[in-house]
Amino acid sequence: MKPAPFSYSRPTTLDEALASLAADPDAKVLAGGQSLVPLLSMRLAAPSALVDINAVPDLDHVRTDEKGVRVGALARHAAVLADPEARRVQPLVSLALQRVAHPTIRNRGTTVGSLVHADASAEMPVVLVLLGGSITAASVAGTRTIEAADLYVGPLESTLRHDEIATEAFFPALPGDAGVAFDEIARRHGDYALCGVAAVVRADEAGSITSVRAGYLSVSDLPTVVDLSEAFAAGTLDDASLDAAADLALASLDPAADIHATADYRAHLARVLTKRVVRQAHDDCTARREGDA
Amino acid sequence: MSTDAPTQTDPDTGEDLHDVRLHVNGIVHQVRIPGRRLLSDALRHDLGLTGTHVGCEHGVCGACTVLLEGQPVRACLMFAVSAAGQELTTVEGLAAPDGRLGPVQQAFKECHGLQCGFCTPGFLTTITAGLRDNPDPTEDEAREMIGGNLCRCTGYQNIVSAVCRAAEIARLEPSEPLEGEQP
Ligand SMILES: Cc1cc2nc3c(=O)[nH]c(=O)nc-3n(C[C@H](O)[C@H](O)[C@H](O)COP(=O)(O)OP(=O)(O)OC[C@H]3O[C@@H](n4cnc5c(N)ncnc54)[C@H](O)[C@@H]3O)c2cc1C
Ligand code: FES
Ligand code: FES
Repeated sequence: MKPAPFSYSRPTTLDEALASLAADPDAKVLAGGQSLVPLLSMRLAAPSALVDINAVPDLDHVRTDEKGVRVGALARHAAVLADPEARRVQPLVSLALQRVAHPTIRNRGTTVGSLVHADASAEMPVVLVLLGGSITAASVAGTRTIEAADLYVGPLESTLRHDEIATEAFFPALPGDAGVAFDEIARRHGDYALCGVAAVVRADEAGSITSVRAGYLSVSDLPTVVDLSEAFAAGTLDDASLDAAADLALASLDPAADIHATADYRAHLARVLTKRVVRQAHDDCTARREGDA
Repeated sequence: MSTDAPTQTDPDTGEDLHDVRLHVNGIVHQVRIPGRRLLSDALRHDLGLTGTHVGCEHGVCGACTVLLEGQPVRACLMFAVSAAGQELTTVEGLAAPDGRLGPVQQAFKECHGLQCGFCTPGFLTTITAGLRDNPDPTEDEAREMIGGNLCRCTGYQNIVSAVCRAAEIARLEPSEPLEGEQP
């Protein structure tokens, strides 16, 4: 359980870090190391070089304005979770972060690292996709924005190029007419979930539902978002519309079996969690509307 | 400018070696190590500080937990070069300089919070930091505090009692700041 040899550098400017990545197609970025170091120790990865970005200045910000929350590449999960403004502007971010690993892992692991690691059982990728967020990617060639919808292409595979550093993630603010909720089922508290669901429910001023969308983690190879609005076409939420929403969700999901759960059990969890989380997001939406009134 | 550029090559393996200063429990150690040396291994093998235990070596068990600038982190998920110049506290740094047990250690002793003791260093460091953030935890909060540490012997009940007892001891006799920590 020891990593294979690699050359290590800890650049103190972003340009230098980008040049190191550009110079060696086999080099990898080291951020919090909470996913990468286990892969190296198990020798599932053996890059020729690690570019440790922890000494690059001005990347650890959590900035909020009315548009949303901007999280720098070196902001640890714990720092994002502790930020009261981030919680206010987009509560789904902190609801989901509470379920990412244990506090000790969150002290070191970065939210941006988790997003680009592109694990379909991780909480934050599906939150980014559901909210329609994006990441900023820098390389020696310049900077580009990758929309969340274009970021994930396969298990542990994103469209970030090997010579790019994701410098920032953007989570759009919660609109005034929306409510959110998050829940997951894991074997043990802090473990990766067997199934998790995030939801955003929107309603008009009279309280009639206008849109319901849910994001699923640990169900498929990719973080998956399903539009469930059709099940609430009447504008109201009751047991029948929740059942219809769960049917709709399962029609677009293809739960996979692994050593942790059978496909049937995952489908059951997706059904139960869809109903639970959509109801909670609807309650949240109602509470926010009444809170404003 | 890159920090921690390699300074030497290992004559046997041809691997780059880095000269690194590790600040552990208030003492500065100079080591010459390859980039791939895990912090847990540097502490145990290079510095002989075998109080930090290694169980799973992939972040799950918590036995290797040390404090980095006061915050608990997994020593098995960090490279020692990355810790250069930062303040580390291991279980060896939790007792007073005269050998008197720190409040968490004292509480583990009183409450029978350990059996084989393999997991104990990780619990002690985690709880030391946890009580600094929350000096008066409820039993539920105590469980939450230790949720990322595995123990195969005790069944956790006595560890939870020890968290609450440690909080009590710390309130009765406020302790010195940890070595290397800003008061
Ligand atoms: C015991 C344990 C339990 C965990 N449980 C969960 C869980 O329940 N849910 C969950 O979501 N996660 C969990 N994690 C993973 C954790 O959230 C990681 O912090 C996160 O996945 C990766 O962030 P990092 O900063 O540690 O990235 P690293 O491990 O440093 O890097 C991960 C990958 O992303 C790349 N990378 C990182 N940052 C950048 C960047 N800015 N630009 C370009 N590439 C980059 C690296 O090259 C590497 O390929 C767990 C980890 C452990 C050890
Ligand atoms: S040895 Fe580091 S967490 Fe198990
Ligand atoms: S006391 Fe033996 S593992 Fe905890």
